[in-house]
Amino acid sequence: MAAKLSQKTSRRIFKPLVFLIALLPLAWLGYALYSDTVLGTRLLTNDPVQKLDRELGDWALILIIITLAVRPARELLGMNEFIAYRRMIGLFAFFYVLLHLSSYTILNLQINLDEFLVDVAKRPFITIGVINFVGLAALAATSTRGMIRRLGGRNWRRLHMLIYGISVLGLIHFIMMIRADFSRPFIYGGCIVVLLGYRLWTGRRKRIPA
Amino acid sequence: MLIRIKKASDVSSSEITSKEAILNRRAFMTAAAAASGVALLPTFAGPAFAAARLENVKKTKWGEAEKPATLEGITSHNNFYEFGTGKSDPKRNAHTLKPKPWTVEIAGHAEKTGTFDLDDLIRPHQLEERIYRMRCVEAWSMVIPWVGIPLGDVLKRLGPTSKAKYVAFETLVDHEQMPAQRSPALPWPYLEGLRMDEAMHPLTLLAVGIHGEVMPNQNGAPIRLVVPWKYGFKGIKSIVKISFVEKQPPATWNIQAPREYGFYSNVNPERSHPRWSQSRERVITGEGGIKALFAPRAETKMFNGYAEEVASLYAGMDLFNNF
Repeated sequence: MAAKLSQKTSRRIFKPLVFLIALLPLAWLGYALYSDTVLGTRLLTNDPVQKLDRELGDWALILIIITLAVRPARELLGMNEFIAYRRMIGLFAFFYVLLHLSSYTILNLQINLDEFLVDVAKRPFITIGVINFVGLAALAATSTRGMIRRLGGRNWRRLHMLIYGISVLGLIHFIMMIRADFSRPFIYGGCIVVLLGYRLWTGRRKRIPA
Repeated sequence: MLIRIKKASDVSSSEITSKEAILNRRAFMTAAAAASGVALLPTFAGPAFAAARLENVKKTKWGEAEKPATLEGITSHNNFYEFGTGKSDPKRNAHTLKPKPWTVEIAGHAEKTGTFDLDDLIRPHQLEERIYRMRCVEAWSMVIPWVGIPLGDVLKRLGPTSKAKYVAFETLVDHEQMPAQRSPALPWPYLEGLRMDEAMHPLTLLAVGIHGEVMPNQNGAPIRLVVPWKYGFKGIKSIVKISFVEKQPPATWNIQAPREYGFYSNVNPERSHPRWSQSRERVITGEGGIKALFAPRAETKMFNGYAEEVASLYAGMDLFNNF
């Protein structure tokens, strides 16, 4: 009883905390924009359209990687609590991807549909980005308890395995956009390889009959 | 050799000036620096805040109607990978560059070759201000009031021979002065080249200043190339070597990604970069925040709007394949 209560309490404290932490990047970008406009700083550089695009994409990928880390964190570190926040973190990843796509279409392309369609058709890294957006939207739409019930646990788990593919495509999308300096995709790639490797390794072990 | 460069055996100014006078001058400079609250910095070139005005600069008709970006904007948004790959890195890191004294080696098929002191190379020419549009291959642009001299005038004085078909340029390699060269972001030195007629074209500039001030380090001090009808990366910075060559010389971005960056790299809205359209550009004015976020994009023009002057250089050439 006592354990249950403390779990409830910790959730009551940590859930809003995780929520607020996930909002920090956006809050920072909002502050930077305010500061650049009112205080004359250049936190978002002289080319804020580009900077905003990059920052939002970066944070989307980081949050995707964090959702991948939830399961190993539970299994290896015994952080059972953490799993309760995976859906929220995943939804935030989708939220940042949505903002990333919006900044690209609204601020960068200035709502030029023709140009957007040409980009999607002709430029593989943008095609990949849009595919990823659709994939994440599907995961977000099926993240509710009702949808889990409707799909059945097994189908739902299968569908949500997509997140691994999305993380790899996200990384490729990032690498394809870069002109030089691959240090950041190298770090993200390392994380993805380790987390994906762990998943494959543990998945295989489970299938071995006891 | 046309221009004499200082030898070790030459009389140095400290031998002419009395020691007392030098000490007095030092004391004065220290006091002045302390009073103004800035560190003692080289006087010829340095970061924007320490820049010196260039004297006797002739105004020209170029870009009279344009509204230049602010000095702050031009000096804080730079692609200069020798100081880091981020746009704000050069401003932060370029203080390590020592643009004076500076020598430029002239090599290849010319009558006058050798190593020249930069001041001697520039001094015979009248400095001009030219306000040019600068279109970056990354789909942004800036209007920049350069101070410089036409490259062609300098080249003519060096007497290129009939074998000189191209001009090759090289940036300094020095891990102390350009710390980011320790990372292999690009193969160093940065290389660029022009066809002889492009190099001799009156629009092509060797720039030594911006907004009437000595070239800030982060913009390519002390001397850089400006070719306004080409993408910005053709404008090689901190030049230490100019060679007259027979064959098309290597160019860094062309080596790095030949599918994306051609040798010519003329601004061409019709020919998109494989990863983005080149038909429009974000005009960077130095303004930040909300205003810059919603500033309308401009249509990119053929040859960056200099078609009238330069289109004839490429008459009959397939500009799609020779991009």
